[in-house]
Amino acid sequence: MSRWLSLYAVGAYAFLHLPLAVLAVFSFNSSRFTTWEGFSLTWYRAAFADTQLGEATINSFLIALAATVLATAAGTLCAYGLWKRGSKWITTSLYLSLVTPEIVIGIALLAFYQWMFRYLRIQLGMHTVILAHVMFSLAYVVTVVAARLRTFDASQEEAALDLGATEWQAFFHVTLPQLLPAVISAALLVFIVSFDDFVITSLVAGVDSETLPMVIYAMARRGFNPTVNAISTLIVVGLGVLIVAGERLREK
Amino acid sequence: MSRVRTWALAPAGGLLILLFLIPMAIVTSYSWMTRGPYGGVAAPLTWENYARLFDPLYFSILIRSLVYAGIATGICVLMGFPLALFISRSGGRKNFYLGLVIVPFWTSFLVRTYAWMFLLRDTGLINTALQALGVIGEPLPLLYNPFAVMVGLVYGYLPFMVLPIFSTLERLDRSLLEAAADLGARPLDALFRITVPLCKPGILAGSVLVYISCLGAYLTPDLLGGGKTIMIGNLVQNQFTTARDWPFGAALSLILMLAVMALLLPLVRRGNEGLL
Repeated sequence: MSRWLSLYAVGAYAFLHLPLAVLAVFSFNSSRFTTWEGFSLTWYRAAFADTQLGEATINSFLIALAATVLATAAGTLCAYGLWKRGSKWITTSLYLSLVTPEIVIGIALLAFYQWMFRYLRIQLGMHTVILAHVMFSLAYVVTVVAARLRTFDASQEEAALDLGATEWQAFFHVTLPQLLPAVISAALLVFIVSFDDFVITSLVAGVDSETLPMVIYAMARRGFNPTVNAISTLIVVGLGVLIVAGERLREK
Repeated sequence: MSRVRTWALAPAGGLLILLFLIPMAIVTSYSWMTRGPYGGVAAPLTWENYARLFDPLYFSILIRSLVYAGIATGICVLMGFPLALFISRSGGRKNFYLGLVIVPFWTSFLVRTYAWMFLLRDTGLINTALQALGVIGEPLPLLYNPFAVMVGLVYGYLPFMVLPIFSTLERLDRSLLEAAADLGARPLDALFRITVPLCKPGILAGSVLVYISCLGAYLTPDLLGGGKTIMIGNLVQNQFTTARDWPFGAALSLILMLAVMALLLPLVRRGNEGLL
């Protein structure tokens, strides 16, 4: 039976990995059709020359960086507060935000922003996207940091307090340094989900805040374009490095 | 003691109130309103938006979403269980094989969906290869149909099935299998009469996760499906963009949200919240 199982596993892993592998291979194809005509970097050159892609990439980076800093800070503090004493409504809200379909979160935020704009003179833009990303990333950060806190020995903090540290000092000098691998791993996670998000972003982005996934979506919709293969391959490799780094940190 | 806790919870609590609870409350209130003259919402309160869910046109989309999610979940159980079994029996390379399931899962969902467009389109790799081999004359219509949507859903959410099943397999008492073998059970008998029944909690948890993910799917039916395969998520998006019927879109969102919560309830009750 185990031979059949291994054989099956090969097939299942092929199903999970071949589509992206094939995409990557054909991003180096010199032809614009799906017949292999030789190795070439044409589509990478085209991707780098595309100013729209360039601007969208910069936008995505800025949004992901801002969302990462804000969500990691708020989420880490939140996990710490919940570790001291739980809060039913915060845990429930986080859990709900995690299981709510993306499309529902997207339209709820859109409705909220529109409603706000009636009273405040602001428009959809980078800030609305960043806030949206911070919101849906919070639960990820709390989950990762809370998992680390579960194995953290509270007596270390008590010792610091007994020795005259204030509570904040105990947090910053004793607890936080030991949470750092989990915090960095959470930050990487936020960066990935923020950089990658399409559904929510496309609903709350303004004209000046088009992100990379939005441009890729538009290109994919318009028809076949090997440039999308090239840029997709770069994203998969880039995110892949971050994912593996994050997994390593969490295992520590 | 509680001072620090209050300040630590304040930023996240504030963000959740402002950007999650209030927006959801707004959507809830919109679902009882009437469509305004310019596409906004207007005052007269009504249940009509909920009644419209039973309009055959929309009802068929709701039913389709439930059915598609069900089929995709079934396929994920059939594909995910043996894969989880393989990983749990792979000895020292367990983490590596588990990683092979997790890594593509975190990679860009959009790119992964696009990869299937690349494979399935008329001039895509599968059709080009089959034509070159002379198996088919005309390209097979692989994209923009229920088949493509199903492939995309299974591909996208299979890891949700593998992970919970794997973790129940890991907790399985191996001596039960040894006892079965000693008493003369063949490996397949032991698998179906011991392993599978004991993995029920994992299979259930995985099924709920896959089912709710499929139910809320937007990108997969949008890119891989055609006009005849749209699901609730697409209908919601459509009401908030092109159709500009926010109250109806809000009612649809709430139904979707309630369905997801109802499905999760048994898992939460079991204390199997998994992530939080």
